[in-house]
Amino acid sequence: MTLIKTKYNRRSFLKVSAAAGGGMLIGFNWLTSCTSPVEEGIPMPNEWFEINGYIKIGNTGLVTIYSPNPEIGQNVMTSMPMIVAEELDVKWDHVVVEQGSLDEDAFKNRQFAGGSLSIMRGWDVLRMAGATGRRMLLEAAAKEWGVALSDLTVSEGIIKEVNGDRSIGYGAIASKAVGIEVPEEVELKDPKDFTLIGSFQKNVEGPKIVTGKPLFGLDFKREGMLLAMIEHPPAFGMTVKDFNRDEIVAVNGVRDAFTIDISMDDPGFGNENAFPQMIAIVGDSTWQLMQAKKALKANWEIESELENSEMHAQRLKRDIDQGEVQETRKDGNPEAAFTKAAKVIERTYTAPFQAHNTLEPMNFFAHVTTDKAELIGPTQTPNSLRESASKLLGIPEENISVDITRIGGGFGRRLYVHYGLEAAAISKKTGAPIKLIYTREDDMTHGIYRPAYRSTYKAGLDENNNLIAYSVKGVGFREGAIFPNRFPAGAVDHYAATKLKSETNISTGAWRAPRSHFEAGAQQAFLDEVAEAAGKDTIELQLELLDRAKNNPVGEKYEYEADRYAGVLKLVKEKANWGAEVPGVHRGFAAYFCHNSYVAQVLDLVMKDGLPVVKKVWCAVDCGIVVNREGAINIIQGGVVDGIGHAMYSELKFENGVSTHKNFNTYQLVRHNQSPEEIEVFFVENDISPTGLGEPGLPPAVGALANALYKATGQRYYHQPFAIANQDQNAFDISRTG
Amino acid sequence: MATFHLNINGKKHQVDVDPNTPVLWVLRDHLNLVGAKYGCGVAQCGACTIHVDDVALRSCILPISQVGNQTITTIEGLSQNGDHPVQKAWLKHDVAQCGYCQAGQIMSAAALLEANSNPTDEEIRTAMTGNICRCGTYVRIKEAIKTAAANS
Repeated sequence: MTLIKTKYNRRSFLKVSAAAGGGMLIGFNWLTSCTSPVEEGIPMPNEWFEINGYIKIGNTGLVTIYSPNPEIGQNVMTSMPMIVAEELDVKWDHVVVEQGSLDEDAFKNRQFAGGSLSIMRGWDVLRMAGATGRRMLLEAAAKEWGVALSDLTVSEGIIKEVNGDRSIGYGAIASKAVGIEVPEEVELKDPKDFTLIGSFQKNVEGPKIVTGKPLFGLDFKREGMLLAMIEHPPAFGMTVKDFNRDEIVAVNGVRDAFTIDISMDDPGFGNENAFPQMIAIVGDSTWQLMQAKKALKANWEIESELENSEMHAQRLKRDIDQGEVQETRKDGNPEAAFTKAAKVIERTYTAPFQAHNTLEPMNFFAHVTTDKAELIGPTQTPNSLRESASKLLGIPEENISVDITRIGGGFGRRLYVHYGLEAAAISKKTGAPIKLIYTREDDMTHGIYRPAYRSTYKAGLDENNNLIAYSVKGVGFREGAIFPNRFPAGAVDHYAATKLKSETNISTGAWRAPRSHFEAGAQQAFLDEVAEAAGKDTIELQLELLDRAKNNPVGEKYEYEADRYAGVLKLVKEKANWGAEVPGVHRGFAAYFCHNSYVAQVLDLVMKDGLPVVKKVWCAVDCGIVVNREGAINIIQGGVVDGIGHAMYSELKFENGVSTHKNFNTYQLVRHNQSPEEIEVFFVENDISPTGLGEPGLPPAVGALANALYKATGQRYYHQPFAIANQDQNAFDISRTG
Repeated sequence: MATFHLNINGKKHQVDVDPNTPVLWVLRDHLNLVGAKYGCGVAQCGACTIHVDDVALRSCILPISQVGNQTITTIEGLSQNGDHPVQKAWLKHDVAQCGYCQAGQIMSAAALLEANSNPTDEEIRTAMTGNICRCGTYVRIKEAIKTAAANS
């Protein structure tokens, strides 16, 4: 029996009250651990510490769950309410899920801010809220009938006497449950008794999506609302001097044009800015604003160096030796071991800048008055936006509301709040409600990009082909893509990892599975090459290393659990029938651990008309308990496609500070005809609390693709994008084809 | 500015706009039909796909002046109750992740099946290549189209 407390330091995690219209309302703190939208090392956003989730048990028995989670496509609007409904013990088809707003009540519970809730993860909180509701409803029924709690059972929202005929639905007793004292602790279900968790459930917003309902920020409308567009400086390193305002305001449908500045002294979390100063145009319709943008003639001033891609490659090449060291690990004596090694393999891997390219471009609604602001739109970090908007506008946070729309893709891009601030600045200056819309070109050239990376791996084998030494050093703009304590740390006697940074004036930030997506591809391609040099099967080599890490670990603690890691390797090996050779089919393998989940993949490709076609990808996943199997499979499949697509095709280059890719005619995203034909997903079944799924499916796909491409072409793939980049180890820093 | 008479989803509409205005913005800004999405504005992503006399077109580059007497169907008018075989198949296969591209995907798929009731995998790949799904739901899109083909 697992008991969970409902209080911490005498403060309750829950607030129970009568629901408007009858029934019971349970408010609680709805954490977001299942979504893991924030990368390690970034402070936990404030919104994780507020009461913002509600369960309403109406007097008809209908349960409404208000999920405040930003829905970016990771399907939390379905999976997280499933956890609540499981513990509450209600039928899923009696549950309605609604997107909750950042409720004003949150401000009355600011005492929750601080570390108190960090002891619990979202999984526990959601379970606790559901279980508390169930227990209070049971207690209300016991009191009503004058029986003991132990005389009652509950299933699917119906409470029954164990030895009697009486039964009552949640709806009929809900109003009375409001008067029951919140229990100090409640019992959680044994995972073996789960019926809803682990089942296949459809996206709760599916019917609205397939009929084109206005769900997204770009669809939002308010009576009297004007539209706005921005024109940012054309190059990183430039700022606005002046522009032909008189001509612009004369364009049909334009109401006003001006410059805005959203820079601030003490920018908070998520307040990354590509361009703090820009031109804003306000008008009546999108098309008219697009015409006005074309008519703009602006003078820009150069503030800092205008960078280009060759410069970036040179800086990374320099700073992999000379950059600022950010993190290291060293076990044994790698230098000496490499000297003694019978065979030494050294390879360098690179990747270019990439844009997020959420299909819904950045947009936000803002209505700012003298003492209040209302902000509505697609953001993953509503509280960061509110905090920064308060500083920008000089309006106290409690007078600023932020509502979240459904989000047309995140991938990390909507952690950054600048477009909400731009909307606020425009509304303030205009004195009217406005909706800011980016064009695709604005979106792609105004990025908080995935930076370029460069990493060099080195392995030493002894005369018996044992891996005795391993070192990696990696540099990136802002951060190198190195995780010193991840595999194979702990598995090699002589090990070194060095993470370094280089500098750029191009804005960079988190991009789906930040750094992991590059490290996984490079490391797994490298180990494949090492296995080949050692004359070993690539999976067997990694299993040997994991065995070493488990039974006789080297050095300080490492991040992963070797057993679980090996578990996904073995599962994918079995499911894909690894080792069976099919003529014309080229197989690649890769595995990676990030966001607390383990994923191994086998990728089959064939060559058709000289081009690779991915026939099938097998994925073995250990993410603990799978909440919604349908959504979990979908997101892993999407990660595989995303990983393959970006490694194969996508890159963003710069010339004189300007992104040379501005739209999908030149920036290539993976398309239907380039997608794997089939992706099969298998889960390791266990009772471990659920971990991240939105990101871990992506990183291994990069390595599995590189390794399959090698089998198909005889060429190792070191440099992304694989379809375009020159793969010569020595030529990449000088010239690139394409 | 000029006046245009349009037949959209079986209803008549009148708008007064610049003749160069793309149909997408007439739908979204003037008629409050926001099912067709803006993704690129240059006919590269397919999020804005609509039917013009049963042919799938990218509404972001189609000037309103070129519509003439042709009838327009948007995702809102594809079926009365969201029960077009393609929409039903999309739900059955739980295709959507973020969902932003799916109206365009569905409109392209419906037009494909209108022209070819039993497409091969290869024909599906070719027909759907103009529609980007940034979340990568292509495998499910293909399966949903095959289900819709079997049920229509």
